[in-house]
Amino acid sequence: MAMDNAILDAFFEECEDLLASLVDGLAEMCAGTTDTETINAVFRAVHSIKGAAGAFSMDALVSFAHKFETVLDALRAGQITADDTPLKVLQRAGDVLSDLVEAERDGTIVPEDRVDPVLADLNDFLGDTQTDDDEAFSFEALSLDLGSADVSHSYLCTFTPRKAFYDTGHDPLLLIKALKTLGPVQVRCDLQTLPTKLADFDPQDGYLTWQVSVGDQSDDLKIREVFEFVDDLSDLQVTLADESADSVDHRVQSLPVEEGAALIDLPPPPASDDLPVPEAQNTQIPPKPATPDRGTRKSSASLRVDPERVDRLINAVGELIINQSVISQRIQEAALPTSSDIFSDLDDYKLLAREIQEGVMAIRAQPVKPLFQRMLRIAREAADATGKSVSILTEGEATEVDKTVVERLADPLTHMIRNAIDHGLEDPETRLASGKTETGTLRLTASQKSGSIVIEVSDDGAGLNRERIFEIAVEKGLIERDLQLSEPEIDLLLFAPGFSTASEITNLSGRGVGMDVVKTAITELGGKISIASTAGEGTTFTISLPLTLAVMDGMVINVGGQTMVVPIASIIETVRPTATDLATIGLQGNLLRIRGEYVPIIDLGARLGDHQASCSLTDKVLLLIQTEAVQQCALAVDEIFDQRQIVVKSMQGNYGEIPGISGATILGDGKIALIIDTDSIASQSPPHMPDPQNLTEDFRRVG
Amino acid sequence: MLDNAAKGDDLQQEFVTFIAGGQNFCIEITQIREIRRWAPVTVLPHSPRHVLGVINLRGAVIPIVDLAAKLGFAPIEPTERHVIIIVAVSDRIIGLLVESVSEILGVRQSMVKETPRTQEDEAVKAIEGIIPQEQDMTKIINLGILLPQSGHLAA
Repeated sequence: MAMDNAILDAFFEECEDLLASLVDGLAEMCAGTTDTETINAVFRAVHSIKGAAGAFSMDALVSFAHKFETVLDALRAGQITADDTPLKVLQRAGDVLSDLVEAERDGTIVPEDRVDPVLADLNDFLGDTQTDDDEAFSFEALSLDLGSADVSHSYLCTFTPRKAFYDTGHDPLLLIKALKTLGPVQVRCDLQTLPTKLADFDPQDGYLTWQVSVGDQSDDLKIREVFEFVDDLSDLQVTLADESADSVDHRVQSLPVEEGAALIDLPPPPASDDLPVPEAQNTQIPPKPATPDRGTRKSSASLRVDPERVDRLINAVGELIINQSVISQRIQEAALPTSSDIFSDLDDYKLLAREIQEGVMAIRAQPVKPLFQRMLRIAREAADATGKSVSILTEGEATEVDKTVVERLADPLTHMIRNAIDHGLEDPETRLASGKTETGTLRLTASQKSGSIVIEVSDDGAGLNRERIFEIAVEKGLIERDLQLSEPEIDLLLFAPGFSTASEITNLSGRGVGMDVVKTAITELGGKISIASTAGEGTTFTISLPLTLAVMDGMVINVGGQTMVVPIASIIETVRPTATDLATIGLQGNLLRIRGEYVPIIDLGARLGDHQASCSLTDKVLLLIQTEAVQQCALAVDEIFDQRQIVVKSMQGNYGEIPGISGATILGDGKIALIIDTDSIASQSPPHMPDPQNLTEDFRRVG
Repeated sequence: MLDNAAKGDDLQQEFVTFIAGGQNFCIEITQIREIRRWAPVTVLPHSPRHVLGVINLRGAVIPIVDLAAKLGFAPIEPTERHVIIIVAVSDRIIGLLVESVSEILGVRQSMVKETPRTQEDEAVKAIEGIIPQEQDMTKIINLGILLPQSGHLAA
């Protein structure tokens, strides 16, 4: 297609929004809403997609959208009623429509057997009522910036000459006449700023604002050209006019006008219908001060920004935060008197930096709603394919997650939902036999819990068949048969590479991607996935993800002379133990007694490979942490320095994974501090005896 | 002089020669990003002996490898006088700790000789070819040895 890519991109972006409102509307209709506004919204979405697709001559899309729209139109007109069956068809039609849009975007073709049945169903509805009126094919301009595309708009110029304009002998009439040569114009004069008392009136001054709408324009360049000579003598705004707003305004009256100053004495003439008047002399004046925004296009509530720009901003903010810590360190080193104002200024700086960072991250945050809508569709398709009856519930659609996370969650979630429907939920017969309702429930929820986003996929199916999982793991050679595993350990086998529970490969799940792929995807996002399953009651997969990928709050600590960072999110409290708080179990195991509970102590230095004799635990600080692997444990560290916001730098790119370390950050002095992965530290079995050939014998050797 | 004769030849390559483990090695100049003085590193836990740690290179976290240790020589005790050569291998940026950098050598491609087959130790495996010089020779390091064999730099 020779069309400019940017225009196409804008079209597809717009389509995404339209499809989202389509899905919304259909969902409302399914929920029992029958008001015309909902149906209208759905109709408008389909119609707009059709209109724009027509401009790009996407024939398949246009003809399907047309049929869809015809059905919706009939529904709107009450020729057919929306009960259960048509709604299902409408939803499927909505799915096919998104498929077609996606196909156009990716340059692929949707197989006919996907489109045709739905098309046939749509035709069935229409039955006799079908009057394939070509009128519905009328073109509706999308609010796209089509640039050079052959679409014309009305533009509204709001033109306010200043005193200098009149002083230099210009005449607004000439300009309006010039506009008239460009296309049909419609002129209004705003008297709002006119003094109410004659005494206040300066005949030399300009008080009037003209609002001229010029039709049939492809862009605003020509209009601006007209005003070029009076650029610095007047205020000019040229905006896209909203078609609906400028054609019907009954309060507007028309009157002949010769020049601005003459207007003040004019009595309001009788109201007349406001048809587009291609006469410059017919200036229309609202009798009451009109709201200045009248007639201008409603600005869209959201802003489209190239993600690249946001990423650049985020990087810059990352540097700002590092720079902030550099400066605080420098100031500390300067040993200024504590009364110095600079400390409170520094605190302000810190706060501002944090505010900027949060603001910037919020730009990237997106609600999970579109993702969930996509998942609903996947779930419907999966339910259709398996012949199971599934009701799908979503919660927390407004939860906001980083854009990258939303994008990269799509694949794992798709897989999990297909799995849940294919393997999780039972057949309707089995369900009835076990005393459950015939319709299975799939629940998709998102929520924010203390610094992380939690997404759950749960079904009320049969639960995991642990015996079979064990058997399969043995068959696939993943584990030894005589291995004793606890239930959670068996569940974790699902994530082992090369594991697939489907006894036969269905075309739904079991496409060669296993849960290990899901786990990898989640881990790459810095998240965790866990399973909870009760036999006969269902299975819940829980994904927890960090709020942001780039910045987090960390506690800066000292371990064996190395500065490291522990994420605040995982720390419950810090304890300086006394001898009575400590207990020993076995040969080396240490326990911390806290509020009557015994919590295992992990010597962080030793766990990270520092095998020098460490000092007694009473000289250390214990960080009580909560992880997924263990309920609670205490990390023994040498010292706590500070608590601050840190910018996470990945180690993966240039080095690779390090057990117990999730990344690195740059400290105020430019040195690197490693970030402790508390989960991996807590779940690691005690360190292997160091192999003197391979391991750094002396952890403290350098640095 | 060999490198003089090579001047103007289309297939001329340039190498940076340096000393590691007391021997003469070189790296193709296009693979080198910069050369820095040694600065203290942040030690990584569970790292192989030849990985000294990581440094902050203008906001990026770069691992530093003791090339001598990697090649099987005695590890270098880093001091201010030692040099880090920052190289780009595939997508990675890695710093190599060497004893000193000597010169830039321009040679024609035909001057690069294949590595003679000898006993295959770590150092020999890492050598891509040799360039004879008047009195000595210099060995071209195959930076591929620095890449992970299984997702880890600990090759």
